Amino acid sequence: MKPTLLDLPLQADDKNKRIINRILNTPSLLVGSIMLIILVGLAVLAPFISPYHPSDQNLYAILQPPSSEHWLGTDQLGRDLFTRLIYAARTDLKIMVLAEIIPFCTGVFLGMLAGYYGKWIDTLITLVTDTFIAFPFYLIVIIVAFASGAGQRGLYITFILVGWIVYARVIKGLSASFRKQEWVASAQTLGIPGVKIILRHLLPNVLPQAVVVLMTDMVGLLVAIVTLGYLGIGIAPPTPDWGTMISDGQSFITTAWWLSAVPGLAVVYTGIALSLVGDGLADLWRRK
Amino acid sequence: MIKSSNLLRKFVDIDSPRRWLLLALIRAAVVIICVVTAVFFIIRIVPGDPAKMILGEYSTPEAIESMHHTLGLDLPLWEQFVRFVQNLLINGDTGSSIISGTSSRELIAERAPVTLLLIAMASLLAILISLVLATLAATHKDRLLDHMIRIFPTITLGMPVFWVGLLLILIFSVRLGWFPVGGVGEGVTGTLHSLILPAITVAFSQIPTLIRSLRAQMLEVLESDFVVTLKAAGIPNRVILMKHVLRNSALPTLMLLGVNISYLIGGTLVVEQVFGIKGIGSLLFSSISKRDFPVIQGIALYCAISVVIISLLIEIASWRLDPRTKGK
Repeated sequence: MKPTLLDLPLQADDKNKRIINRILNTPSLLVGSIMLIILVGLAVLAPFISPYHPSDQNLYAILQPPSSEHWLGTDQLGRDLFTRLIYAARTDLKIMVLAEIIPFCTGVFLGMLAGYYGKWIDTLITLVTDTFIAFPFYLIVIIVAFASGAGQRGLYITFILVGWIVYARVIKGLSASFRKQEWVASAQTLGIPGVKIILRHLLPNVLPQAVVVLMTDMVGLLVAIVTLGYLGIGIAPPTPDWGTMISDGQSFITTAWWLSAVPGLAVVYTGIALSLVGDGLADLWRRK
Repeated sequence: MIKSSNLLRKFVDIDSPRRWLLLALIRAAVVIICVVTAVFFIIRIVPGDPAKMILGEYSTPEAIESMHHTLGLDLPLWEQFVRFVQNLLINGDTGSSIISGTSSRELIAERAPVTLLLIAMASLLAILISLVLATLAATHKDRLLDHMIRIFPTITLGMPVFWVGLLLILIFSVRLGWFPVGGVGEGVTGTLHSLILPAITVAFSQIPTLIRSLRAQMLEVLESDFVVTLKAAGIPNRVILMKHVLRNSALPTLMLLGVNISYLIGGTLVVEQVFGIKGIGSLLFSSISKRDFPVIQGIALYCAISVVIISLLIEIASWRLDPRTKGK
């Protein structure tokens, strides 16, 4: 029997089913994704979930313990902690994602260049990464963030400057190992120019690994954003941010410990979700 | 001519350990030169005039000019760089503090001991804790204990160190009253006692990576032929573990800590801030808030150069000690 048009969507369905099955068989990916979806959902829907505004002060209800009215209590200015928590998720997650874009692209590209061409490009890029790595990460971040001005702009400049190194290092090694493989050699004998080989053939092969690194790196980036906020050189108040919330709560650690503990838990939650997704993706691609 | 180039080739023979050592030294030296150059250019890359940052937005042009002169910023760039390197080579210094006039080398040397002590304590704790946990995980492979220990890195990866420090203060200082809430105590025992919580905090950030690779390392040793032979010879498990497996895993742990030394120092700077310890970290923050550029440069330079030297030493040590790379 000839295949009819009716068979085609069925095949597509099959393919989708297989992908879904694979995801279901990778529990860490499943759990991590669900955790992320909940988090992003809370952040995006924040104005609809909470009846309060993150900077609404209520001096008659300061430092209240959790209650049905204020799910996680209130801070020293009577602001609702839960509201601030989910609004802070908007700020921190937005910066985390946006600040990763440029470092991810430059790092992957430079890594491929160094790995594919080797020689002096490799030497040069290795020298630059070695120099950057000699400086303790937080030292660089603190100095650059401070010098380029507190606030979000400083955060972006900092991560554009230092964020690409992780990717460059990992992708360089990976690309160097691919360079010795037959398909690269055959592409070269066909006379395909190097840049084209890198973008068309090397890129799809290194991308999965780069995405796995992206997941762990985002955790580190989030922790750095929060740390800078805590140190007072990151996101400036009144924009809600988990880091400044923790440092605000520090003065009340003896009486209202949850003010500092809860925003930290939000960071830990995000970290677990992202590393579960990263582990899951790595598993998924390894089995493939 | 031919002879000398042959000699040179002999000296830098591909398999010769000398060549390896020479290359490692050259590489470290080049990185240090780059580090010095980077530190010199830090205040020039960054947007904004350092003199204006020091004096404030509304300073007079004359004041800015005289500040330029004090900082040496009115000189041509290459001359500034030569002076910077000269001062560094002769005095080991990056200039005097703009605020107090003390040399930044002295300021750093004054604060360094407590930071170094904290780093040493944290490294020791990190090694001890991860050795114990990794041993437990490796000897209970695929059992509940192993799974519990393996989840640990996933959970702790996203924990900000300063937050861990705050929780430890809350539990052990505020609630239980075992340790001071902040600051450094008097005398040797007082100092050590007050640094225990900060050291645990710094160690905490290192433990996840250490456990992950140590566990893998130990499994490899546990499944190796010589351990199987020892077991067959009837030597008790505990003796094998203490005498052979641990000894074989200690070196890789130290190496890994060396690789992470940069993160360790960075974490320490932040943790000092949480516990109110007057070390390099607090010097960094006070210099930053006073825009004291020479001191900031000095801290960056000393941290980076120690990282390069420590990594080099550990690289050499592990290469000398590891029998597998001895012939290399």
